[in-house]
Amino acid sequence: MFYREAGDFKSSYRSDSQTFPIAFDRYRYYALLVFAIGVVPFIVDDYWANAVLLPFLIWSIAAIGLNILTGYCGQVSLGTGGFMAVGAFACYKLMTAFPGLNIVFVVLLSGGVTAGVGVLFGLPSLRIKGFYLAVATLAAQFFLVWLFNRVPWFYNYSASGQISAPERTVFGAAVTGANAQAWASYLFCLTFLIAVAWLARNLTRGAVGRSWMAIRDMDIAAEIIGVNPLRAKLTAFAASSFLVGIAGALFFSVYLGAVEVGEAFGINKSFLVLFMVIIGGLGSIFGSLAGAAFMVLLPVFLKNVLVGGLGWDTALAAHFELVLVGGLIIFFLIVEPHGLARLWELTKEKLRLWPFPH
Amino acid sequence: MSVAEITPDGRTLGGTLMDMRNITLRFGGVTAIKDISFDIREGEIRAIIGPNGAGKSSMLNVISGFYNPQEGEVWFRGDKRGPMRPYQVARLGIARTFQNIALFDGMSVLDNIMTGRLTHTKSGILDQAIWWGKAQREEIAHREKVEEIIDFLEIQRIRKTPVGRLPYGLKKRVELARALAAEPKLLLLDEPMAGMNVEEKEDMSRYILDVNDEFGTTVALIEHDMGVVMDLSDRVVVMDYGRKIGDGTPDEVRGNQDVIDAYLGVSHD
Repeated sequence: MFYREAGDFKSSYRSDSQTFPIAFDRYRYYALLVFAIGVVPFIVDDYWANAVLLPFLIWSIAAIGLNILTGYCGQVSLGTGGFMAVGAFACYKLMTAFPGLNIVFVVLLSGGVTAGVGVLFGLPSLRIKGFYLAVATLAAQFFLVWLFNRVPWFYNYSASGQISAPERTVFGAAVTGANAQAWASYLFCLTFLIAVAWLARNLTRGAVGRSWMAIRDMDIAAEIIGVNPLRAKLTAFAASSFLVGIAGALFFSVYLGAVEVGEAFGINKSFLVLFMVIIGGLGSIFGSLAGAAFMVLLPVFLKNVLVGGLGWDTALAAHFELVLVGGLIIFFLIVEPHGLARLWELTKEKLRLWPFPH
Repeated sequence: MSVAEITPDGRTLGGTLMDMRNITLRFGGVTAIKDISFDIREGEIRAIIGPNGAGKSSMLNVISGFYNPQEGEVWFRGDKRGPMRPYQVARLGIARTFQNIALFDGMSVLDNIMTGRLTHTKSGILDQAIWWGKAQREEIAHREKVEEIIDFLEIQRIRKTPVGRLPYGLKKRVELARALAAEPKLLLLDEPMAGMNVEEKEDMSRYILDVNDEFGTTVALIEHDMGVVMDLSDRVVVMDYGRKIGDGTPDEVRGNQDVIDAYLGVSHD
């Protein structure tokens, strides 16, 4: 009843390979997009923007980035926090060095810088796999945070060691700094997320994506059909770090405004993004969004229910959240390794026939 | 050998496509292949047979670039090939299948076969990120080619099925499809009939003959089923303990005393 394919004929390879093959589905996504762009900015307030929407948008970008590397190319990375820090500090240096440069270009360039750093730290992936690669990227995480703490040039020799974002505008509306409007920041991040999701989808559905997935599924066979493993892995690291760097730049400039590197981009952020990708679904763009939504909304939801509804102590609720997240990760790894994305697929399969059993 | 020749069943064999000259391959102290030379002619079906451990798969791995031999020369289409990585060999136009299927389990049948087109991809990563225009046109052109192969191998029904769910025989066929999608000059098949029942073997034999006939693809195959080998191939190389003990048409090989000894054993008195 909800996903009818009947009468929805495909008469070209182009329409057969589109992103949302079922018309019902497609129109619903368009409606959601129109709602997100045309309605939400008018009703959003500071609480919703800062507690829910901005974190969701920014973490979604980071999760899509990590999913390209881990979900599509099979290279486990624990360096996401460190790469986000690269994006944030690149953003800060560019903002202060070129005050006239539009923030959109600053964020994109930050992504570019992060892509370069990502490729550098991706080089070991040519020799090592699995757990060992995870450890190598963990080294990147610690090294990068250490670097941004210890080299004063990165934080412009400020006494506190913090970096803070000056005000920047897009079409006259402030998106960073103290005077930033909730709706403007929201639209700014939303635009980036839509662009990133579109780019990621394009990359993963074509030849580049297939070479990544071939490396992920069986690297020997991938090489025999003509995939250059060096090229495939490094492009995955580059594309992934580019997106993670954009997320880091937005996280710093739009969301936090001021950042202390160890606190904002520590190892726990790497794990957070990895959890998003695992819970959401490895190898799925939708899964990245679902995982980010889940990990962002869960604390807000729990806080409202446990503290607001049941009157629990705040600290107790915070600890309970950790227990719950840990439990959920184990649950997903055992029951549904493909995460929320697969559950969503299964639901759609069922809805296709509903209310009939066959 | 460069003169075209007509086979008894009416196909034309061209000049030498691949020439292996005095190949020796060692793993430490073990010599897997000892000083073997043979050639593969354009348009022929060439079989490599021999008892287990004779070095057949090693020979295929030398051709496809997994191993670089310590001694000897590999000539392909008139050029001497230096040491190469397998993906470079693939770009020369050599495709292969594996003894134990090596498909990409996380992808659909269609995507698996589309990976065979990767060597023909011209659009760069930026074209593909933008998608509209060059990348999309190219994707659709590749899809058309892949659909031809899907039709040819009669696997239309399972196009969108994840490869992991398929039975063994179909997986073998999908692997053949992936190799064919690369439009290879030389197709290497490592035991294409292993583990199949008679009917599946007949199907696979038919596909191999059709590939050779319709696409003009040169085929080199390893197979244990003697009936299949003798029926399919134009010429046969026989290996035993890393040496070449016979080379010729199926009839010549069948009458070769060394070959008979290697297969049936010889009495030591």
